[in-house]
Formats: sequence, structure tokens, C-alpha cells
Amino acid sequence: MSTQKFSALALIRRGLSGHLGWQKQWRKSAPKAAYDAVIVGGGGHGLGAAYYLAKEHGLTNIAVLEKGWIGGGNTGRNTTIIRSNYLFNESAALYDHSLKMWGSLSQVLNYNVMFSPRGVMMLAHTVHDIQVAKRHVHANRCNGVDNEWLEPEEAKAFCPLLNISDDIRYPVLGAALQRRGGTARHDAVAWGYARAADALGVDIIENCEVTAITRDAGGAVQALETSRGTIRTRKVGVSAAGNTSVVLALAGVKLPLESYPLQALVSEPVKPIFPCVVMSNTIHAYVSQSDKGELVIGAGTDAYTSYTQRGALHINTHTLDAICELFPNFRRMRMLRNWGGIVDVTPDRSPIIAKTPVPGLYVNCGWGTGGFKATPGAAHVFAWTIARDEPHPINAPFTIERFRDGFLIDEAAAAAVAH
Amino acid sequence: MLLIVCPYCGKRPEVEFTYGGQAHLVRPAKPAELDDQAWAEFLYMRANTKGIYAERWRHARGCGRFFNAVRDTTTDHFIATYKSGEPQPGAAAGRPS
Repeated sequence: MSTQKFSALALIRRGLSGHLGWQKQWRKSAPKAAYDAVIVGGGGHGLGAAYYLAKEHGLTNIAVLEKGWIGGGNTGRNTTIIRSNYLFNESAALYDHSLKMWGSLSQVLNYNVMFSPRGVMMLAHTVHDIQVAKRHVHANRCNGVDNEWLEPEEAKAFCPLLNISDDIRYPVLGAALQRRGGTARHDAVAWGYARAADALGVDIIENCEVTAITRDAGGAVQALETSRGTIRTRKVGVSAAGNTSVVLALAGVKLPLESYPLQALVSEPVKPIFPCVVMSNTIHAYVSQSDKGELVIGAGTDAYTSYTQRGALHINTHTLDAICELFPNFRRMRMLRNWGGIVDVTPDRSPIIAKTPVPGLYVNCGWGTGGFKATPGAAHVFAWTIARDEPHPINAPFTIERFRDGFLIDEAAAAAVAH
Repeated sequence: MLLIVCPYCGKRPEVEFTYGGQAHLVRPAKPAELDDQAWAEFLYMRANTKGIYAERWRHARGCGRFFNAVRDTTTDHFIATYKSGEPQPGAAAGRPS
């Protein structure tokens, strides 16, 4: 089956014939007995890695295993914010690599991921916030990452609904704006990568949970036991977000990860009213409006580790308190749905994209509360790491060993989001 | 919101508590003899168990005391809470947990 190409012409042609001629966008694959490489985890990061393995490294006899359905984990649960204004050089290189790839991703995949660089504005409410934000602005500009400081009036001009009066609990004292930041359609990212990878011969296997990792006498990966049978392979890339600790434990690898619930919620859909993404770390809220019209609102993590994919209501309430104060227009809006995803958090709040001590086993994890933005870039360098058995220069600092050797990339203190 | 039984004060809402991470991590008796790998294990590596997990909590907005809990991380159901220094209920004797 050759993949249908999407275009305006194809849309018109199918529209005139009652939209009956659309094919399935990817095959429902069953596992084969052996693959050259297997990716565990069918989210954006895993599907993307499979796509780049096939596209750029010629590995087409590969599979993506997903224990549920593709894009059903954190890829479908995040608030779709994309930005690259991280403090440290290593982070700026990694996240900006990704941001640059977002710009052409729809064309590359022939799939509309609805990337919308509408600007991400991060508010400052205290003197400390101002200092941190300005430090970020300067550090980012040294790294060629756009970021600019706005006074409160300029922030309001950029986002007219913003309440900049000085009689609120945490008045807006300014903001850092990354104009190249924005949002994308999260489901489309998973589907676009799945379709493009499938077209190159990658098997996408859903409802297939890895239950054991078999290793040879030398300790190298030999096969995976799954809920759908044994799969022989010498290379396994794990991209399992909150469940990474569980999968890696099957090979006896311990990681510096803790899995927390992170919640988000959406409002009823309304007409376009909100032109950008606004984040506030101090009072912990982030909000944007989807193209469907819903306000997409992100809350903080719950206090405790959990695998339940749900959290407590007081976390959301706290976020909505902040949103209502910053945007009084939203006070009477009703929230439609809330949900949780399980995010794997490292001690320094930077990811791990690296080889593990087990030969043939690679891991892309530790994205914590902000992995969606990095999907294309992380998938790209992860594929490189798997294919060449050595890291790409961009992900070389993001090892497991950095915790032993003291080379932390400490965005925990520096990241633009509160943790 | 979770209801958590403080071993000193009884059942209280989650907002009165702060979380303290994995329980029963013992600080090395002879720190000077540890190599970097052992330090990294102590400082950063965590079991992050999917299932029954022993963890620390602090009744920060109550009695202020730390205590331990056993909770199922797949359901968030608390199986037991107990005072610091007491052995983990249900754990095999002598097994580090």
C-alpha cells in the first residue's frame, strides 16, 4: 500500500466524491519474529525516533511497540506548548534544535501538525522573577535563541486580556517573550510520525507491552518478551516517559527518575479570544487557546509519585485561581475535562538521551513536565544515538553518567517553569 | 485529594502534608569511603516503583513530623502509615526497603 499524499487538490477531489476515497493512514501491524531495532513506546518521541531511523539511517526493518494506543500517553495529555528559552547552553542547543524542526515538520511529514508560532510569554511577578527572566533573555540571546523582555504595558499589548493592575495578589511586573514559541496539535504529531514511519516500512504495533528484556551471555540485548510474543532484536530504544523506570528495571538498569502526575484541563470552546501562550511560574498557570476554541490550561505536578494518570482537584483549583486573577474575563467560563499524565522527572530537570550500561539498550527519558516541545529534536538525536551507537553532539551531555560525574544540567533551578 | 493518616494526629487532608520521596534510604555510615557511583546511587537513583512503595511524608501544616507510608502507586491507596524508625509493615525482616 502506498501512502496517499495529502494536498489541497486531494482534499478537493475527495470532497467532490463524498470523502469516500481516503485510505487508512498506517497499517495495523502484527509483530514479526525479529527486527533490526525496536522502539518501546508509541508516543511522539518513539514514533519520531522510528521515523528518523528509517529516513536518515536506513533502518527500515524496525518496529514501535506501544502497550496501549499510539499517542495515548503524555503525547495526548500535554498542553502543546513549544518553546526553547532554556538557560544553559546544552539545553538551548537541544530545545532549539527541536524548535527549528517544528517549523518545517508539517511539510516534511506531509501531515498538518498545526504548528503555530504565536509567541510564548512568561510572566514575572516579583523582583526575583524579573531577575531570572532577564537572565534567561540574555543567556538565550547569547545562544542565538530569541527572547525579549517586555514591560507590563507591552505585555498587555501582546495579550490584551492580561490584567496588569497593581492591586492583584501577584501583579504583573513584566514578561519574557519568545516569539518563535507557540503550540502544535499534539495528536497530529503522533499520527504524522506514525504515517510517515509506516510509509517507510516501520511496523507500528499497538496493545503490545514489553514484559521482559532477554540478554545474551555478554549482557547485550537479545530479545524482548511482550504480551504479543517474543521479538528478537539487538537494539532497543526505550521512549516510555513515566513508565521508563519500569521498562529499564527489566534489564536491571536503575535511573534517577521519579514519576509524578501532571494535570491539565480544557474549558468549553469559545471564539478566538486569546492570541498567544501565557505562562506564569510564580503562581503556576499556563494557558493558550486551541484552534477548536478551548482554553488549554496546565497545572502543576501533584506532590507524590504515582502511575495513576490522575491527580487531585486542589492542584487544578490552585491553577484556576491564578488564571482568574490574571484574566478576569475567564471567571465565568466552565471547564469541560481534566486529566493527568505521568511525567518522569530527573533531579536536574533535564532529560536523558543516552546509551545505558546494557549494550544495545538506549533510553530517551526524564523529560519531566516539558517533553512535547522537544519531540522532533529529541526523536532525531535519539535515532542517531541508536543507529550509530554513539550520541549526536547535541545529546552528548544528556547522559545517565552525568549524575555520577557531577555534570548536571541544572534546569531545576534555572528552568523557566516552577517545579 | 488524598486522606492521609498521620501516625501522630490521625486522618487529615493531603494539603496539610508535604511529600518526602522514597523511604528507608540510609545515609552511608562512612561517607569518605564512597566512590562517585555509590554517591550517585544514594543521592539520585530511586526505585520509582509501580506498585507497593514505601515513602516519606511530613505533616508540615500539622504536627510538623516526618513519618513513613506504604502506598500502592497504581491506585494511590494507602496501605499503612507508620512512625519514622519503625520497620516497614509487610516487608520481610532484614530486607532493605
